[in-house]
Amino acid sequence: MSLSVPDLNFRVIAPALIVAITALVVLLAELVTPAHRKRWLGFASLIGLLVAAGATIGLWDANASAFGRMVVADDFGLFLTLVILLGAALSILLAIDFIRAHRVDQGEYYVLVLFAVVGMILMATATDLIVIFLALELLSLPLYILAAFKRADARSLEAGLKYFLLGAFSSAFFLYGIAFIFGGTGTTNLMKIADALNKNFSNDLVLIGMGLLLVGFAFKVALVPFHWWTPDVYDGAPTAVTAFMSVAVKAAAFGAFFRAFLVALPALDWRLALAVIAVLTMTLGNVAALLQSNVKRMLAYSSIAHAGYILIALVAMGASGASSALFYLLAYTLTNLGAFGAVIALSDGERERLEIRDFGGAAGKHPLVAAAFAIFMLSLAGFPPLAGFTGKFFIFSAAVETGWAWLAVIGVLNSLVSAYFYLRPIVQMYMSETATGWDRVRVAPLVALALVIALIGVIALGLYPTPAIAWATGGFIR
Amino acid sequence: MPFNFLSALIVIPLLGALILLFIPRQSERAIRFFALLVTLAEFAVSVALFASFRGTAEMQFVERVAWIPQFDISYYVGVDGLSILLVMLTTFLMVIAIGGSWVGITERVKEYHLFFLALEAAMIGVFVSLDLFLFYVFWEFTLIPMAFLIGIWGHGRRVYAAIKFILFTMFGSTLMLVAILVLVFAHRDATGALTFALPDLLGTPVPLGLQPWLFGAFALAFAIKVPMFPFHTWLPDAHVEAPTAGSVILAGVLLKMGTYGFIRFNLPLFPEASQQFAPIIIALALIGIIYGAIVSAVQRDVKSLVAFSSVSHLGFVMLGLFAFNAQGISGGILQMINHGLSTGALFLLVGMLYERRHTRLIADFGGVAKAMPIYAAFLLIVMFSSVGLPGLNGFVGEFLILVGAFQTNVWYAAVAATGVVLSAIYLLWMYQRVMNGPLTRDENKSLKDLSPREIALLVALVVFIVWIGVYPRTFLDPMMPSVSSLLSAIK
Repeated sequence: MSLSVPDLNFRVIAPALIVAITALVVLLAELVTPAHRKRWLGFASLIGLLVAAGATIGLWDANASAFGRMVVADDFGLFLTLVILLGAALSILLAIDFIRAHRVDQGEYYVLVLFAVVGMILMATATDLIVIFLALELLSLPLYILAAFKRADARSLEAGLKYFLLGAFSSAFFLYGIAFIFGGTGTTNLMKIADALNKNFSNDLVLIGMGLLLVGFAFKVALVPFHWWTPDVYDGAPTAVTAFMSVAVKAAAFGAFFRAFLVALPALDWRLALAVIAVLTMTLGNVAALLQSNVKRMLAYSSIAHAGYILIALVAMGASGASSALFYLLAYTLTNLGAFGAVIALSDGERERLEIRDFGGAAGKHPLVAAAFAIFMLSLAGFPPLAGFTGKFFIFSAAVETGWAWLAVIGVLNSLVSAYFYLRPIVQMYMSETATGWDRVRVAPLVALALVIALIGVIALGLYPTPAIAWATGGFIR
Repeated sequence: MPFNFLSALIVIPLLGALILLFIPRQSERAIRFFALLVTLAEFAVSVALFASFRGTAEMQFVERVAWIPQFDISYYVGVDGLSILLVMLTTFLMVIAIGGSWVGITERVKEYHLFFLALEAAMIGVFVSLDLFLFYVFWEFTLIPMAFLIGIWGHGRRVYAAIKFILFTMFGSTLMLVAILVLVFAHRDATGALTFALPDLLGTPVPLGLQPWLFGAFALAFAIKVPMFPFHTWLPDAHVEAPTAGSVILAGVLLKMGTYGFIRFNLPLFPEASQQFAPIIIALALIGIIYGAIVSAVQRDVKSLVAFSSVSHLGFVMLGLFAFNAQGISGGILQMINHGLSTGALFLLVGMLYERRHTRLIADFGGVAKAMPIYAAFLLIVMFSSVGLPGLNGFVGEFLILVGAFQTNVWYAAVAATGVVLSAIYLLWMYQRVMNGPLTRDENKSLKDLSPREIALLVALVVFIVWIGVYPRTFLDPMMPSVSSLLSAIK
């Protein structure tokens, strides 16, 4: 028996590595940065994310794996890495002035975001259940703290604690699922699990393991019935953190979710079960969002609904399913961060406008931010020619192509329901004059920059989705 | 390289809207003049398009540029005899709409014209798209500016009306999106080619069990827009609450998108299902004709009267289209134009009265003809056009439709003809109560007659009303080859 040296190809994990190094540098620099210079730490983090994005693009089409096929650099993972980096960068742009206004202006904020990003990138590129689990923990722990980052605010603390308790619980399910799958197949490597399943069909242990994994993933991406934490955590967490969580966690967790189910478990018959979950998730998310009067809670339920749409892409399987999900995640990241960015932009220092009626008359006082907010809402509702529309179009197209037209019908009817609540802030801003205090609102330049980037992305992906959908069709190493 | 007429028609309003963004909001006069200039330029281009249109059946001025090649989605536009008149109608009514908002709109003037110009580009796009994806994008995009126009510049329950308008239309169109996808993939399964181009999709061998579903999904989207009975309930709300120019465009152009959808998509894509469903569609159209007329007769508000009369008139259009003969279809298309002109003019006239008196209740008027003789004359002409008096446009359209319906089934024509009688009753009765009789109220005695601007707008409308009535061949001849080729495709 020969001892093989694992292939220590650090280039494959270069993006995660660069972000991790940035996190450590910022952590050390925080000690020597005077209080009024803390925003420089935010800029340093942005540079780290930018360099990591450069490394990711450099790896494009590399299709390499490393560390005994535990992580890969395939186009599927790299696309998600870019989405995660984009989401993190935009949310840091939103956060730099936000955490100062809320008097939690500490460098640790950026460090926690960066460590979460490391976990997310690993999760999107891991091909071994153990690594996926480690990545899941690495991304979760900083987020528990970030949710509670406004420590003088009881609601923020409550959000953090709730997220932690339920998150820990779901992690246990996930780990238990890994154990069952290992018991059934003798491996935790996704490709080897697929091989084992091909040889030895109908394996009850793997079936149980798959169910438990599903619980773990469903919790992280907020699928019904594992979504209960979402409104409370999204509502209680500082808005900049909510913005980050709502997009980046979804991208990372859906990445691992797709990979686990499409690479390791395609032989099992899970499509109808996931289709039912998708229907429940979309419907419950949209119907509950109808009833909200608070923007953050509305966007929380809307994020549940969007997880349901993305799940349709998984049910569709195949190349068009995966690529449509990637495109959707990109579109959703830009749109949702834009929406939260508009909420932050229209807040007045620490006093945030969180009720929908608080936005009354915004169009008259801040026409540009109001227009951007309206465009993000229309994109979330799926109006052409915006990113949200093309995203939905690709997903429904994948569903129809693979014979799931009924699922697409339920999807479009859901987006009809969603149009009603996405229109409500627009109605307030343009057709009502109820709110006051607009004179005190000062839109921070960095927030404006984030809004402009998101806006350009949302419109460009809507008008010309061609290159993005081409990049999203790279597929993954099986 | 030939001039790209259709792209120009789509781009001019968008470019205009872009430039408008940079005009300061205080210079309202400049904004109004600029928007008018853009719509006039647009109309001029469409006239040039009409002049260089050859009277043949095939698509003309075709442009095709790859857009999303993975799905063979392209920017693919063209006009034929079925669509060119609707393009003309759109550009013409837009001039009227901008001119008609000159004094009525005083708040947020800049946004108002911005939304109108965006709307114009989208409406043109709907009528010239030959790619189903492109069509859907334009179709949905018309909703947003129109909803803003109703919701911001409308009356009373404007927000309710705007949201109802969006949700009703979306309900149909979202299902149409799935139907488009099902059709496209059925075509791919049959031929191996994935495409969204309408000419390629024509003649797709859709499985017989699937055809009724696809027909139904497309038909629902269009029937809500037309609106056909019983999907019309959004229309009175939207019309009554919309600002005057919004009603003009809504009735004049947006409703035509529904009827146009039937001839452009339902009939040629699903010929068997069209034949199969024709009795149902015709039954609904006949109910709409009678129901719309009866409900109009009992309205107390002039604007809702005109709104409900649209349900009746569009019923005529649908009857003509589903008569499946040359007279019926050409009459249906001509009646779309007629309805756009006469109902647009009626809404404009009602708006002029509203601007003066801030009421639209019939009971508040009486004897207005004595105070406003010029107004009375125009109202009379437009009303007769709507009723279908020979010599004016409405007669030609309704006559052709009745001839077409008669050949299909005598009873169709008989029932529809009672609708003509009813329309005479409700319009003339309204005219009598509003314009004739003694001038009893003091507020009405001091009403000012029409201004030169208002006369100019109405004269422009009346010119076409008379033109079509006296010499309809100018407008019928270009469409006939396309109509016969459509007929040969569905039979």
